[in-house]
Amino acid sequence: MCHILIGMRMSFDAILEALPRYRERMAELSEIMLANLVMIAETPAPTFSEERRTGFVLERMNEYQLLNCSTDEVGNGLGILPGEVGDRNILLVAHMDTVFPDGMDHMVTIEPGYVSGLGIGDNSLGVAAVVTLPLILKDLGIKLDSNLIVMGTSRSLGRGNIEGIRFFLDNMEIPISAGVCVEGVKLGRLSYSSIGMVRGEIRCEVPEEYDWSRFGAGGAIVNMSEVINRIFEIPLSRRPRSTIVLNSVESGAGFNTIPTKGTVQFEARSESGPMVHQLAETIENIAAEVASHTGAEITMEVVAQREPGGVEFSHPLAVGARRVLTHLDIKPRIRPSTSELSAFIDKGIPAVTIGLSTGENLNEKGERIHIDPITTGLQQLLGLILAVDKGYCDEN
Amino acid sequence: MKIDEWLKSNTYHHGTFRDLAELVEKKQEQGMTISLCIPTLNEEKTIGKEVVIFRSELMHRYPLLDEIAVIDSGSTDRTLEIAANFGADTYLASDILPDIEPKRGKGENLWKAIYQLKGDIIVYIDADIKNIHPRFVYGLVGPLINRPEIKYVKAFYDRPLAFSQGIRPSGGGRVTEILIRPLFSLFFPELSAIIQPLSGEYAVRREVLESIPFPIGYGVETSHLLDVYTRWGMAAFAQTDLDQRVHRNQATRSLGKMSFGIIQTFLSRLSKMNVIGTIPELSTVLRQFQVHDQTFETVEYEIVEDERPPMIEIPAYRDRVTPTAKK
Repeated sequence: MCHILIGMRMSFDAILEALPRYRERMAELSEIMLANLVMIAETPAPTFSEERRTGFVLERMNEYQLLNCSTDEVGNGLGILPGEVGDRNILLVAHMDTVFPDGMDHMVTIEPGYVSGLGIGDNSLGVAAVVTLPLILKDLGIKLDSNLIVMGTSRSLGRGNIEGIRFFLDNMEIPISAGVCVEGVKLGRLSYSSIGMVRGEIRCEVPEEYDWSRFGAGGAIVNMSEVINRIFEIPLSRRPRSTIVLNSVESGAGFNTIPTKGTVQFEARSESGPMVHQLAETIENIAAEVASHTGAEITMEVVAQREPGGVEFSHPLAVGARRVLTHLDIKPRIRPSTSELSAFIDKGIPAVTIGLSTGENLNEKGERIHIDPITTGLQQLLGLILAVDKGYCDEN
Repeated sequence: MKIDEWLKSNTYHHGTFRDLAELVEKKQEQGMTISLCIPTLNEEKTIGKEVVIFRSELMHRYPLLDEIAVIDSGSTDRTLEIAANFGADTYLASDILPDIEPKRGKGENLWKAIYQLKGDIIVYIDADIKNIHPRFVYGLVGPLINRPEIKYVKAFYDRPLAFSQGIRPSGGGRVTEILIRPLFSLFFPELSAIIQPLSGEYAVRREVLESIPFPIGYGVETSHLLDVYTRWGMAAFAQTDLDQRVHRNQATRSLGKMSFGIIQTFLSRLSKMNVIGTIPELSTVLRQFQVHDQTFETVEYEIVEDERPPMIEIPAYRDRVTPTAKK
């Protein structure tokens, strides 16, 4: 057991200088995190069905003697590591849900250098890190001044629309001083602003009485193609930067069957809030127009949205996060986020998103993360939490 | 002991032992040591995870295990490298007791573990378990820590077979239901209460392990049950439900080989116990069939259920200073 106490008034430089001293012990402790990672990743948690993973997270938090270990009506799992002073609250979150349904094989494989399994990087590693951090702090003899609220959030991805963190922030009675969101991949990622985003699904259904001799005959795929072509004709502004991404297209069952149903999922993103809403409206109009030409039923549903915002480049939290990363020789890759961070921003709470390791094939079969960078990723998380705890990331 | 009575008193669920702090405390009060043996042959896909989970949870967080050893039959993949990389003690079975002519087989590894490992209890866990969890160990050692009269704890599961469309909730255990349980029901009805007699996961006291012979092939689990039952009776057994075990499914032909080996062991035990009198010399060739270019062909497998003597009879073992060997 390593006992290195941080003084209450430790300078930011002293925090940074202390990080290398923790490394060896943190590397040893990362074995515990790997074990937690395996058990988390092997517990399926598709969005809206995270209960079992929440149960595991709470079990660990209880074992690590956090206070108020509990879940809420949307399935978040949280516990509190009380601070020595306790006048501030830092919220440390990682989303628990994954894109993978229950029935898939969630078994994890560990080999020298990497861990592979469904959702291992997005976001089992993030969850494992936030759940294990209290144990790491205890082992290193580090006591925070602030209360650290550790939370695995539910209903984050896709149609979840970050409902878990939003519910918590809407209903939490104590003030949150700062938020830290943890993603498994990629180390160096640093987000402190959110981009405006509308996530939508276009559904196309060809009615049974469809006149196959009319324009567009050929079923749902032809109609969807028309919609997609029209979407890509939408002029996109460079400033504010805007983009439209097609995320998935589904239709058809194979030869010998004319497809009658199809869906297109997209995200419109922009640095401007009004711009992103305008893009969504344009896409909805396209859907209606193509429907009027072809007789197919084409509708658009907005399933998630984010407003742009965040802290400035010069905000002490952004500066502090960059200092921690740079000190650990991690090159910060600054980019806006559409994850949990948006919920903090909506509430005016300064927050950042960081990544822990490198990896490949996120959200696909063959997803894997590299083991070696994890210790550096954890050092970064520790440094950031300490900096926030000691007030070096406060605006005033 | 009646079967129902035994089932009630000696059948556990792993959840009974999930308070690891309490289990470790009881273990330490008794001055007991526990070793984990993972026998391997080309298990690079699963061994890393097993070692990480057991070391982290059952050595570092809760010191239930004193030793984790991988005993390998000569893997040609990276099994040993991976196991060592994640902190297990690794041994080639042929390097243990090198003066004794080596034999290949899982039972050989299990037998040599008695010599190589130090624990008062040895837990054997197969390396091909995909859903490994600490319960595989604490569920098995729990009854031994809590009840001194229990000597041998066997695992049982709802055994799903992994298949392409997800996980089927039950299935497997074909050799058990078609061969073993009918044989036990015929000759040793009490033993039919062992729900998964062929499971590769069990925890045993050293005093038992060192005093029973070890078939080195398919018959090792069956012979253990017969030998322990004969010497100590049903009261020496317990079994623990470990919920689920996801592992590779075996082809029916492979199960044929397994059954052939088990029947050899079983008949040999029956004969030694004078249950069926003397049996003639049995063939060691299993014949299976395949069709090649519209022609039926015989495929022959030589399966010899060789057997190691009780470890206590090996001078090199007796020379080692171990408390039970001294007795």
